[in-house]
Amino acid sequence: MAATPSHRPAWMRAGGTLEFRLRDLLSFRWAAIAVILVGWFVYYPILDNFVVSTTDEDIFTGEVTHVGLANYQRLLDDPVVWTSLWNNGLYAVVSIVFQVFGALLLAAIIEGLGSERLRRFWRAVYFVPSAISITVTGLLFYFIYQPDIGLLDALLKQIGLSELMRPWLGDEHTAIYAIIAMSQWQGFGYSTLLFAVAIQKIPRELYDAAIMDGAGPLRRLWYVTLPLTREMTGLMIIITVTGAFQVFNEVMVLTAGGPNNSSQVLGTWLYQQAFTENNFGYGAAIAAVIFVVTMVTGAAQLVYTRRRRVQL
Amino acid sequence: MNVWGVIAKTFLHAFLICLGVVVLYPLIWMALNGFKNNAQIFGDPFALPVGWSWDNYVLAWNQGVRDYVTVSVLVTVVSGICTVLVSAWTAYGLTRTNMPAKPLLVGFVLGGLMLSPTVAVIPLVKIMQALGLYNTYWALIVLYTAFRVPFSTFLIRAYMLDLPKDVDEAAMMDGASEGQRFWRITLPLCRPIIVSCMILHVLFAWNEYLFAMIFSSGAGMQTLPVGLTLIMATHGTSYAEVFAAMTISALPIVMVFFAAQRYFIRGLSEGIGK
Repeated sequence: MAATPSHRPAWMRAGGTLEFRLRDLLSFRWAAIAVILVGWFVYYPILDNFVVSTTDEDIFTGEVTHVGLANYQRLLDDPVVWTSLWNNGLYAVVSIVFQVFGALLLAAIIEGLGSERLRRFWRAVYFVPSAISITVTGLLFYFIYQPDIGLLDALLKQIGLSELMRPWLGDEHTAIYAIIAMSQWQGFGYSTLLFAVAIQKIPRELYDAAIMDGAGPLRRLWYVTLPLTREMTGLMIIITVTGAFQVFNEVMVLTAGGPNNSSQVLGTWLYQQAFTENNFGYGAAIAAVIFVVTMVTGAAQLVYTRRRRVQL
Repeated sequence: MNVWGVIAKTFLHAFLICLGVVVLYPLIWMALNGFKNNAQIFGDPFALPVGWSWDNYVLAWNQGVRDYVTVSVLVTVVSGICTVLVSAWTAYGLTRTNMPAKPLLVGFVLGGLMLSPTVAVIPLVKIMQALGLYNTYWALIVLYTAFRVPFSTFLIRAYMLDLPKDVDEAAMMDGASEGQRFWRITLPLCRPIIVSCMILHVLFAWNEYLFAMIFSSGAGMQTLPVGLTLIMATHGTSYAEVFAAMTISALPIVMVFFAAQRYFIRGLSEGIGK
């Protein structure tokens, strides 16, 4: 009975005795802890966030007033929200250029190397920053961008570009770019590694056939590597956009959104509103914006992977 | 190979080396600055330390880093074990039992992958306050487990689906219970993916900042990432010590990565390839 392969659980099959049905129900215990944990600490807070976003809580008296959609109205009128959205978008665009297409090219270069030891060496070297905590790399770049002790200004002076020297994080015009640059430095090795794995999965025969046809390295890249990593590329673009709208750590460590809110992103603006200025309701409304954006990209990811799987 | 081929090849290698320098030099600079004193740090940033001294490292270690490391190790290890166990149980239930409504459960658990911690953080503060876990590292252990279970379950489930079921079925015929089959047969077979999950978890938990900052800011409860920003805030003027503290917190994780690269890459490629 037990060895009979069936796609339907025993309790749906005719003739299942009561004992079997009980045993099947008992099997729920394997998933029980996960369901409770994920339901309680992942799903419930996200639902609750919408409730919080329609309230205003007085932090001293604990009094909660229902304000309807007032917090969302406030979002629309808040210039920092628009700055944040712009900065998140900028993050997404730059990251797609460097961490998706740049990383794909780099992975293709590395996987094209003759010796396996060299390939493994470069993959590992470029990955190192991704393994290190964002607070460490954040602090490191905080120092690198400093005018007095930093590497960047010292380097510019060394190569005769002193007029470019500036306090990178203290300047409203450069702060967000400095943060995004640091992010690329930290993250490109991670996506390079993922692309390298995807390229390794391409059958060697395809490259051999291309060589037989007289295709040089560039044409092999264009006609074999790029088409066959398209699925991965699409996935990485979606993951990168999702990540760009959730960005928090690097901004928090490097500038906390300053100077003058010029490098604020949704995540840090949420943090500042909720935990520095005690506007829980308004913070929750900002969180709702992040939720909507990540849901849209998440749905795109789901549709995309489904469609690709059917085709392949 | 023609001349252009050689030139192109040289150019590519030069490019890889330059990029390698851009990646590694800041990290080396960080470690070297830990050996300098403040006067040297304010001098030529490219200079090597004069009179290598471990003083800053010892000082940083004794002025808090030791406590942060202890908390970080505790949180990382406990939440890692919890995550892997809970995920393996769930994956087992979803692949090896006659549990009803499996597709629904799969959707529920894996759907958690799409939800971001940032969105949940305000309600979570209320939950943790109600549970009395706010400002303790227990909050982090619970949250790291809850937020990593979907991904680990996803990895382990995919691995279990590919495992042959005959041993399991033979044991069932011999009257082994579900529990016995899990501990004696399925779990040992899943060791490679369990190791991968553990490594990915260590990388995540050791470095996590948002939750750590919000839920464990109490004294003696801070993890390393939070502790570092505290050192920066309190000893911010003795730069060398801060650099030493940064190096100490980066080193273990880099070593873990190099030691377990193989498992790590397997986890990543399994996770993204399916």
